[in-house]
Amino acid sequence: MLKKTCLNSCHIDAGGKMVDFGGWEMPIHYGSQLDEHQWVRESAGMFDVSHMTVIDILGSEAKAFLRKLLANDVDRLKASGQALYSAMLNHEGGVLDDLIVYRLNEGYRLVVNCATREKDLAWIRASAEAFEVVVVTPAQLSILAVQGPKALSILQSVLDPAQARLLSELAVFESGFAGDWFFARTGYTGEQGAEIILPNAGAEALWQALLAGGVHPIGLGARDTLRLEAGMNLYGSDMDEGVSPLACNMAWTVVHNDRGFIGEGAVQAARAARVQPRLIGVILKERGVLRAHYPVYSGAACVGELTSGAFSPTLQGGIGFARVSAATQPLFVEIRGKRLPLEPVSLPFVRHGKPVYTVIS
Amino acid sequence: MAETRDNVRYLPSHEWARLETDGTVTVGISDHAQDALGDVVFVELPEVGRAVQVGEEVAVVESVKAASDIYAPIAGTIISSNEALDSAPETVNEAPFDEGWFFRLQPTDDKALNELLTPEDYRALCAADDH
Repeated sequence: MLKKTCLNSCHIDAGGKMVDFGGWEMPIHYGSQLDEHQWVRESAGMFDVSHMTVIDILGSEAKAFLRKLLANDVDRLKASGQALYSAMLNHEGGVLDDLIVYRLNEGYRLVVNCATREKDLAWIRASAEAFEVVVVTPAQLSILAVQGPKALSILQSVLDPAQARLLSELAVFESGFAGDWFFARTGYTGEQGAEIILPNAGAEALWQALLAGGVHPIGLGARDTLRLEAGMNLYGSDMDEGVSPLACNMAWTVVHNDRGFIGEGAVQAARAARVQPRLIGVILKERGVLRAHYPVYSGAACVGELTSGAFSPTLQGGIGFARVSAATQPLFVEIRGKRLPLEPVSLPFVRHGKPVYTVIS
Repeated sequence: MAETRDNVRYLPSHEWARLETDGTVTVGISDHAQDALGDVVFVELPEVGRAVQVGEEVAVVESVKAASDIYAPIAGTIISSNEALDSAPETVNEAPFDEGWFFRLQPTDDKALNELLTPEDYRALCAADDH
């Protein structure tokens, strides 16, 4: 029996094609994935991401605990409401999960992936034993992401005055509460927008109001191409427990200082190693589509594989991430037995609806 | 419910084949197939002049979801490929039985079409697929 978010009937009413996504019945698209992608790039779309996991870390040692638990340093969150992207590593320096941590007035809020929920909670609770902290998983919450150039203005128009005022005061990567609704200027698309964590009781009314305001529902298919164009990793595809943050383009999120964090020794050993695979952006130079696990060649030598790949609606061609031990050009991808040229590029591919990548020569 | 056409024959892998009045055979994918694939973003078509055997992989359709092989429903020689799909692959979604055709071939023996699924057979197969 699949789990359902409390917006399940809204998805079906909107024509959502429902699939099993990590044990949840979720919409893959509502008719056309390409149209949904474009809608977010040009106007505003909404994503039900209530399957994701909210974990609040409270207690007098919440900060000290998270400085140990996470590879990024929550000490960088100087004010309540600020947010940070981080990896949570195991002792071997592999990525247990990637997450966003928000500083609350008291304590911190983590939003972690859906498929990793039980593993993460077990790890966090075990790691927390030596600290004065309380690990809380608030129940009965929905999460709605509203993204796109018109997302904030439409959101403003459907919120009550206190909520609208809060949202207007938030900068990118900031968050805050209006009553029991949590607003964050974060997202997974490379566009402007917000993520709202609210009690289930208010979710359907918000969905309907946004729908009436011209926000289109967006399925998991477009969510994946949007995040890929935005240069953002997908846990389970681009990294997992066996992958170092250095090998999945997350080195920028790893902060070394005197605090010491779980997995730090292994990361430092990996930094010292001579050969370090890395994750790069690639564009297919011929017509076609890139897909995860296609092998990548540098000249005649196989140097790795694609971890993600798709047809980019914005660039109108194949794009992907490649984890390679060497990016010596020329690079090729093998598709159905044929080797086709790849161009390594800087990430992201797309920001605010426009191509922003540069070719790495 | 996906559309089916009565003037074509089908493969279990969801290609259709239509005998034209000039004796050539046009091949495409069914409405049921395009619906299952989702938005089509790229079609790799066969070269004109290529001789193909029945069941041979002759084209590839790439949707947002996956890449799928297209099989020759009948032996023959490719006489044209629908190059309009290069710039407008979405035509496969919009008009799978008409402008969204993939290729035409000159069959070695058009009687072989009778070996393929009839519209009734194919509708039954799709109905089973939907369950």
